[in-house]
Amino acid sequence: MRKSPARLRAALTMILCAALATAACSVAPGASGGGNDQPQGSSTAVPKGDVTLTVWDQEVRGGQNAQIEQLNQEFMDEYPNVTIKRVAKSFTDLNKTLKLAVSDDEPPDVVQANQGRPVMGALVTAGLLAPLDGYANAYGWADRYSQTLLDLNSFSPDGATFGSGSLYGLSQVGEIVGVYYNSAKLDELGLEAPQTFDDFEAALESAKEAGEVPIQFGNLDKWPGIHEFQAVQNNSADKDYLRDFVFAQGDVSFSTDANVAAAEQLQSWVDAGYFTDGFNGVSYDDAWANFADGEGVFLITGTWLAADLEEQMGNDVGFFLMPPSQEGADPVSLGGEGLPFAVTSESDEPETAAAYIDFITNEHATEVITETGGLPAPTGGSATPAGGVQADIFEAWEQLNSSDSIVPYIDYATPTFYDTITASVQELTADKAEPQEFVSTVDQDYTRFLEDLNQ
Amino acid sequence: MVRSTASAPATVRTTWSAARARTRADAAPGERRSAAYLYILPALAFYGLFVLAPFGHSIALSFFDYDGISPGSWIGLANYKELLADSQTRGAFVHALVLVVFYAALPVAIGLLLAASLSRTRVRGLAWFRTVLFLPQIIPLVVVAVIWRYIYAPGEGPLNEALRATGLSGLARPWLGDFSWALPAVGIVGTWVQYGLCMVLFIAGVQKIPTSLYDAARVDGAGALNEFLAVTLPNLRNEIAVALTLTIIASLRNFDLIYLTTQGGPGNATSVPAFEVYNQAFEVGRVGFASAIGVTLALIIFAITIGVNRIAEARS
Repeated sequence: MRKSPARLRAALTMILCAALATAACSVAPGASGGGNDQPQGSSTAVPKGDVTLTVWDQEVRGGQNAQIEQLNQEFMDEYPNVTIKRVAKSFTDLNKTLKLAVSDDEPPDVVQANQGRPVMGALVTAGLLAPLDGYANAYGWADRYSQTLLDLNSFSPDGATFGSGSLYGLSQVGEIVGVYYNSAKLDELGLEAPQTFDDFEAALESAKEAGEVPIQFGNLDKWPGIHEFQAVQNNSADKDYLRDFVFAQGDVSFSTDANVAAAEQLQSWVDAGYFTDGFNGVSYDDAWANFADGEGVFLITGTWLAADLEEQMGNDVGFFLMPPSQEGADPVSLGGEGLPFAVTSESDEPETAAAYIDFITNEHATEVITETGGLPAPTGGSATPAGGVQADIFEAWEQLNSSDSIVPYIDYATPTFYDTITASVQELTADKAEPQEFVSTVDQDYTRFLEDLNQ
Repeated sequence: MVRSTASAPATVRTTWSAARARTRADAAPGERRSAAYLYILPALAFYGLFVLAPFGHSIALSFFDYDGISPGSWIGLANYKELLADSQTRGAFVHALVLVVFYAALPVAIGLLLAASLSRTRVRGLAWFRTVLFLPQIIPLVVVAVIWRYIYAPGEGPLNEALRATGLSGLARPWLGDFSWALPAVGIVGTWVQYGLCMVLFIAGVQKIPTSLYDAARVDGAGALNEFLAVTLPNLRNEIAVALTLTIIASLRNFDLIYLTTQGGPGNATSVPAFEVYNQAFEVGRVGFASAIGVTLALIIFAITIGVNRIAEARS
């Protein structure tokens, strides 16, 4: 061991060096703003010369990868002068590297930028994404999507308002968070697929009495709790309120009677034992694997599991939207769309980029997506799956979009909302917080955000 | 930034100050005093580039409101004030200190016990025991996390199964999802990972203690306990300081296990500063605030490790 003074001196030298390094760094971080004031392109013509289009996507899993590879090839066949340089990364990888890549002098032309304020909002604020309204008009993109799906990819040009303003991207695939059911178990229990929310609760009670796990649920990963809460929330809160809440439009707050009622309902389900034992310690993957193994009557989660569940359960798995409170009313459901493809504002090839985005979301693309097991976000495609759970999901998607009844994920609401809502739902469902307390904790996050926004 | 600061190569520091001390004290005539710097230049250049500069950059960023792309705005100490005011962030630091018990104190205690017992008695197959006990240290943390998620699983997890089988079903619980037990549960994983390192350090240390000291103790009539307290423990002071330094750093910068097991949950019961750094920088997009947490964490690690080493030196 060394004597202390020498060690201390070394330590001080290190700190000094660090301080010098600090001074050497550029003092104000961040790229200077890009092209908010650029004229918007609207030409549908692809340039004739040689074009290299760099695309960053995260379509790396099975069917996703197959569809994008096929569409890329077809695009290059259609425009032989265009070469697509594809950079494929996993979702997490893409999110971590995207900001640096897009703020580079030579950014990729097309990128998948996640919805919401932290990614797409930040990129729009920095002027790094090009508004696509001109192309949207020229190509007629508005006809392909329901309004909510377009809103989710829209920001005001300064990035302050989410859910309106200019369109900044298009998504290929849709997703719904609904209810999977084990049809064999429903038959055993002598139950039909419920038509109203009360029917659904009655089914949970019957399942519980029969000794089944009514809802298979694992919340160790924190995020599945959002789905459980919103599935219940849609029964008491209005869809327009939830959209205004997510997009921070008008005088909205989380402290509403409807939200307290939703929290009470969710907690009562926990107290009645409708969820898997110890769900806060069960991982999401274990939960759905158990459901696939025949443990549990219902599973509230997203359509991304359809292929996996069908593979393991065959015809024993079905899907329905959480039923409305009144029989015959339009069901409202939590849902959304895949990461939107956006064009960077510094791209040298905006027309080709727009043509590419058009190509991967047109009617032919919906067929390719359907064939590879995906749920195309653009509606009106002609292809549908033959049957089974995928057909249930297609039908539900058409229904939700024709009545514009998709409610966005509430964690889009503020940059910190994901942390707040997931932690709070864990507290609520562990009886660590009363419904009123839950609502006010969540509201604090929201209020603070609104104050920052209106500064 | 936290990681690189914490793992500041001790060799560079030592060489540097050693070189200084030597040139001043016993420089040969005609030897240029600054020549020593030349030898450490390559290492120093890399150290500066990959440790000092990023650390400096983090310090600078911590004074800004910066989302990672849009121009940042200078906000002085506001990030640090928020860090102190925000109960969630403060909680993360408290959790890290609790984890020090599990990551550093317990492994050192277990390591001492194992080293004392393995070196005192002639154990057949000592090398085999040592290897097996050291294994947790060399398993990748991702694998460790998967193993322990399975062990702690509420339904068919071996721990709960064992409790139920022995009539202790009242104790069975979703360990990682329980508000009171999640943090200790993650801590135990840390203990399991770290004790092997401590044990190996201490066994090596025990082997260099002259046997004459043990003989003398025995002649004086010391039992196993007195022998341990009077001979083994004082002679392992340096090893204990090294073990504590390494394990405390590991506990305070703990990210992987939290990320892979609980994501900071349930609620915020297991959130730790390093996880918050990641979360704020990459998920929330508050790079300035994340830097402030990182810098604070680095300073705490720095202070604690200096403290540990000073205590160890003061006694020598």
